[in-house]
Amino acid sequence: MSLMLKIGKKVNPVRSSRGALNHAFAKLFWHSSPRQAAGHSASNGVNGFSLDVSWEIGNELAVLFGYSGAGKSLTLQMIAGLMEPDSGIIRFNGEVFYNSSSSINLSPQKRSIGYVFQHLALFPHMTVKGNILYGAKGMDKNIRMQKCAELINEFGLKGLEDKLPSEISGGQKQRVAFARALIRRPKMLLLDEPFSALDAPLRIEMRNFLKDIRAEFNIPVALVTHDLIEAQTLADRLIIYSGGKIAQIGTFDDIICNPANEEVMRLVHT
Amino acid sequence: MDSSTLFSLRLSLQVAAVATVFVVIIGVFIAYLLARKEFKGKELLDMLFTLPLVLPPTVTGYYLIIIFGRNGYIGKLIYEWTGWTIMFTWYAAALASFVVALPLMIKTVRAAIESVDKTLINASYTLGHSEFDTALKVVLPLAKKGIIAGTVLSFARAIGEFGATLMIAGNIPGRTDTMPIAIYSLAAGGDWGKANEMVVILTVMSGVFLYMANKYSKRVI
Repeated sequence: MSLMLKIGKKVNPVRSSRGALNHAFAKLFWHSSPRQAAGHSASNGVNGFSLDVSWEIGNELAVLFGYSGAGKSLTLQMIAGLMEPDSGIIRFNGEVFYNSSSSINLSPQKRSIGYVFQHLALFPHMTVKGNILYGAKGMDKNIRMQKCAELINEFGLKGLEDKLPSEISGGQKQRVAFARALIRRPKMLLLDEPFSALDAPLRIEMRNFLKDIRAEFNIPVALVTHDLIEAQTLADRLIIYSGGKIAQIGTFDDIICNPANEEVMRLVHT
Repeated sequence: MDSSTLFSLRLSLQVAAVATVFVVIIGVFIAYLLARKEFKGKELLDMLFTLPLVLPPTVTGYYLIIIFGRNGYIGKLIYEWTGWTIMFTWYAAALASFVVALPLMIKTVRAAIESVDKTLINASYTLGHSEFDTALKVVLPLAKKGIIAGTVLSFARAIGEFGATLMIAGNIPGRTDTMPIAIYSLAAGGDWGKANEMVVILTVMSGVFLYMANKYSKRVI
C-alpha cells in the first residue's frame, strides 16, 4: 500500500487578522506494510491501495470530498503528524512540519494543529471544562482559565462545565470538541467528518457554527466529508478525492459546471 | 487469637502490602510498555514475566535462591558489599510474593491499557501533550479499573503465597512464618484448632479480595 500526498496547486494566500500569511503546503509519499494496509479503512483491507494527492490551501475552508476509503482521513492524520509518510513535505507558512529529504518530522505536539476527530475523542473521565482546559497546554494559568470561560460562553456551554461528556447532547459534545481544539489558537484546523453522527437539523446548526468559527479564528480549515450538501455549503475550495488520488480541485461551482471526469460528475451530482 | 496467630496475620499483611506496592509501580510500567510499545523481544519479555504464573512456586523459589541466595548471582554481590543476605528474612517473603503476584498485575493492566481508545491518545498528542503526560492523564486514568483489579488480585495472591516463600524465606517461627506457612506447620504438628482458626481467617480475607477484584474488573477483562 502506498500513499503519496503532494500539495502543490498554487492559491493566493489570504492575510489573517493576526498578520500572518496562512498557507499550508504538503508533498508526501507513504508506502505501508501489508499489516498497516489491512488496518486502514482507506485500503479497504486490500494491499496495493495507493494515495497520490497534491493540494495546497490558503486561509480558507477546504473540503476534502470523496467516497469513504479514498484516503481523506489518512491525509489529515499525516498533516497532524499522527502517521508518518515515507517521504514528502508538509509545510505551514514556511515552517516545515515534515520533510523526508532533510529528515524533519515534527511530532504532533509541536505542529500546533487543531484536530476534531470523527467521534470527537472527548476524554470520558474529564468534565466539559476539564476537556477544554486539557487543550490549553503550555498557557499561563490565568489566561487558560479566562480563555476557557470565554469559549464556554461563546460556544453556548454555560452551565455544563462540570458535566461529563456522557451527560451532554451530541451538539454540545461537538462544541466541546471544537473549544478544546481551538483554545490554544492552533495554526490550522483539521476536521475529520465531525458532523457525521448528527441528525439533519443539528448538522445545519453545526455548519453555521463552523462558518462562525472560521470567521472568528481566521485560520485554514481542512474538512473531510462525503456529504455533498456539507461540501456545497462550507467549501471555499473543494478537493475531490477518488481512489487515493486528487480528481479535481476548485470551487464548488467550478466543479459542478466543469467536472474533470465522469467520476467527479457522479460524485457531485449524487 | 494468640500472639503467634496475630504475628502471622500481621506478617502476612506486611509482606503482601510491601510486595503489592512494588507490584503496582513496576507492574504498571511493564504493562504500559507491553501494551503501547513495539520492540524486539517484547513477547519474550511477556513470557518471562508470566512464567511464575504457571511454574510451580517451588521452582520460582528455586530461581530466587539462585539469583538472590548468599551465593546467588545478585545475592553474592549484596553479601560481599553489605554482609547481609535476604535469605530467611521477611524481605525474602516479600520478594517471593512480588515475583508470583507481578504477572497477575501485568496481565490485567496490559488488557486494560490495550482497551483504551487509540483516538483519545492521538487527541491528547494533537493537543500538545507528551507521551508521558498522556499516559498519566489519559491512559492510566482510563485503565483505572484494571489497575485496581490487578492490585487487589496481586494483594490476594501475595497474601496466599506459600511455595516460593518457603524456599527463600524458610519457616522460622516468629520471623518468617506467614499465615500459609504457619498453617502448614500447625497441620504438620497436629494443632488442628489453631490451624482451623487461621484457615478461616485466610479464606475470608481472600474471598473478600476476590470479590473486590471481580467487582472492579467486570468492565476491564
